[in-house]
Amino acid sequence: MEAIKTITSRTVVLPLDDIDTDQIIPARFLRTTVRAGLGKNLFTDWRYNEDGSEIEDFVLNKPESKEAEILVAGRNFGCGSSREHAPWALLDQGFRAVISTEIADIFRNNSLKNGFIPVVITEQTHQWLLANPGAEISLDIEHKYLVLPDGRKEEFPLENFSRYCLLNGIDQLGFLMDNDSAISSYEDRML
Amino acid sequence: MSGKSLFDKIWETHTVLPESEDTPAILYIDLHLVHEVTSPQAFDLLRANQLKVRRPDLTLATMDHSTPTVPVSSLKELKIVSEPEAFNQIVQMEKNCEEFGLELRGLGNPERGIVHVIAPELGATQPGKTIVCGDSHTSTHGALGALAFGIGTTEVYHVLATQCLLQRKPKTFAINLDGSLQPGVTAKDIILGIIGEIGIDGGTGYAIEYRGPVAKQLSIEERMTICNMAIEGGARTGMFAPDDITYEYLNGRPQSPKDQDWDKAIEDWKKLPSDDDAHFDKTITIDISKLQPMATFGTNPGMVISVDGNIPSSTKSDQGFKKALDYMKLESGKPLSGTPVDVVFIGSCTNSRISDLRAAAQILNGRQVAKGVRTLIVPGSAQIKQQAEDEGLPEIFKAAGAEWREAGCSMCLAMNGDFVPEGKLAVSTSNRNFEGRQGKGARTVLASPLTAAASAINGVVTDPRTFIG
Ligand code: SF4
Repeated sequence: MEAIKTITSRTVVLPLDDIDTDQIIPARFLRTTVRAGLGKNLFTDWRYNEDGSEIEDFVLNKPESKEAEILVAGRNFGCGSSREHAPWALLDQGFRAVISTEIADIFRNNSLKNGFIPVVITEQTHQWLLANPGAEISLDIEHKYLVLPDGRKEEFPLENFSRYCLLNGIDQLGFLMDNDSAISSYEDRML
Repeated sequence: MSGKSLFDKIWETHTVLPESEDTPAILYIDLHLVHEVTSPQAFDLLRANQLKVRRPDLTLATMDHSTPTVPVSSLKELKIVSEPEAFNQIVQMEKNCEEFGLELRGLGNPERGIVHVIAPELGATQPGKTIVCGDSHTSTHGALGALAFGIGTTEVYHVLATQCLLQRKPKTFAINLDGSLQPGVTAKDIILGIIGEIGIDGGTGYAIEYRGPVAKQLSIEERMTICNMAIEGGARTGMFAPDDITYEYLNGRPQSPKDQDWDKAIEDWKKLPSDDDAHFDKTITIDISKLQPMATFGTNPGMVISVDGNIPSSTKSDQGFKKALDYMKLESGKPLSGTPVDVVFIGSCTNSRISDLRAAAQILNGRQVAKGVRTLIVPGSAQIKQQAEDEGLPEIFKAAGAEWREAGCSMCLAMNGDFVPEGKLAVSTSNRNFEGRQGKGARTVLASPLTAAASAINGVVTDPRTFIG
C-alpha cells in the first residue's frame, strides 16, 4: 500500500443521507472475483440511463467532478453490507476520501484497510461543505485535520494504528504476523 | 466496579493482545464462515503472499449468494442456468476450498444453505464463541450467545491467515423487550419496531444485547431473526444470553459437544449471561405489548410503520425521504395496506427457517395466491427444505400457487436468476429494502412471513391479523 500523508482536492457533493452499500455498488456487480474495475459501476443506478449513457445532471458525470478525490456525502454514509467492493469502487473511480457526519462501522473498517479515508466532521463544517460543492480542501492525515479554503482547520478522529499504517503505507496483516507467538500460545492455552 | 456483560466476557476470553492507545486488540476467532462472494480476493491475497489457511478446522465454507435456486445436478446444468460471472464465482470457490484444504458444503451437499442458517443448524454456532464472516448479517449467530459480526474481504484474509482479527472494542447497548407479544406480531415485527425506534444508525459503534421478559421467552429461530437485523440498526452485532432454550436447541446437533463435553460446555455457558450489575453504555426499553405487525414503506429499514398505518410525511427536511417515496411510488398520508403487490418473497437468512415456513403455510393453507402475484418461497438450507418436505409444506405452497425452490439467498440480493423486475413491488421477508437491492428498480416492502403470505393472498399489502382468528 502507498503511504498517504495529505490529500488535496476539489470536492464532489452527494448530499443524500443514508447512502447504503447497495447504492455505492449493487450486488449484481459482486459476481467479480477480482478487485479492479469496479469504478465504472460506482453509483451505477444513479449514474446511467437505460441504454448505458451517462445521466448528464448526476454530479459524478459533470466534467468538474472527473478529477475530484474527495466525496462529501449526507449523514450515515456506507450503511448496509460488509462488501469491500464499496471502497474498492470508490478508489477505482479516483476517490481517496469520503466526508460525512457519520460513517457506518464496517464500511469505515474496510476503507482504512485499503487506504481510503473516512472522515467524520462536525455538523457545522458538514453544512459548509454541502453548501460549497467543488471547494478545494485538504486532509492532513498526520495531524488529523481538514483544512477549508479560508485556512480554517478542523480536527477529525482517526484511530492511531490506522493512521500509522496509512502514513507508512503498511499492511495491517504485518502486525498480526508479528504476534504469531502470542497467537500460538493463546491456542495452546485455550483450545 | 460494576459487573460484566455477556459481550465483555466473550471479548475478554478471546483477547490475544489487549488494545492500547496505539494498537487495536487482537481477537481470536473460534469460527470463520466463508462464502463465494466476499472470499475470492482474500484467497488471491493468500496466494500472492504464499500463506496458508491457519485453521481449516475452524473454517466453515458454503455457497449461497450466487447459487441458483433451481435444482442443478451437474456443473453443466449449473452453467446453463447461471449468469456467467456467477458460475465463475461458484467454480472459483470450489477451487479455492480444494487448494486451501477447506471442507466445502457445496452444491448438492445435504448440509448446504445460507451461511447464517447452516452454522446454527449444524451446531457450529455455540454460546461464548467468536464468529466472523465476510457478511454483515453474521450478527445472526448472536442469538445463541455468541459474539458474531460481519467483516470485509481484507479481514477475511487476515482471519484465514492468522485466525485473528484486529478490533477496537465497541460500546454496549442494552435493549429491554418488555411486555408480551400479541397475536399476529412476530420476531420480525420486533426488530422492525426496534429499528423504527433507534433509526438505521442508532446502533453505530455498539454491540446490542436484547434483554427483558420477551427476550427470555423467544425461540432460537425468533432470536436469530432479531439478531440478524441488528446491523440494519447500524450495530455490529446483536446478542441474547444463552439459556435453557439455547441448550435445548443445540443438544444433539452434529457439531454440538457430546457426552461429558456437553456437561462441561453447559457449565461454561451458564457463566456467560451478563452480571446483574453489568454496565451498558446505553439502555432503552421497548414495550412489545403495544407492537403491531410492521412493514417498511421507504428505502431503508428505518422507514417503517405498522402495516395498518398511514405513510408519514417527513418530519425533518431530508431530501432522501421524498426521493424514497418517489422511488417506492407511495404517497404521504395514504394507508400502506391496500398497496398492490407484484411479488412476494419468503426467504433469506432473516426468515427462511422452518418456523417461518410453517407461519407462511398457516396462512396459505387452503387459499390461493392472488392472480398475477409471483410468490417465491426459498428455504434457508437443504436441511430445512427436507424438513419442510417431510411436513408436507411444499404441497400447501404449490396448491396455493407459490413456487418452492432450492436453498439460497435468492431474491434477497438478486445475484443469480431470482430478482424483482424493474418497477415492481415486492413484499419480502428479507432484511434490506435499499434501492435496487432485489433487482434494478425493484420496490421492496419488508415484513414478516405472516404479512408476506397474507399479502400474497390478497394481492395487496395486508395486515395478517385479518387472517388469524
Ligand atoms: S440471505 Fe440475503 S442477507 Fe442473508 S446472507 Fe444471503 S444475501 Fe445476505
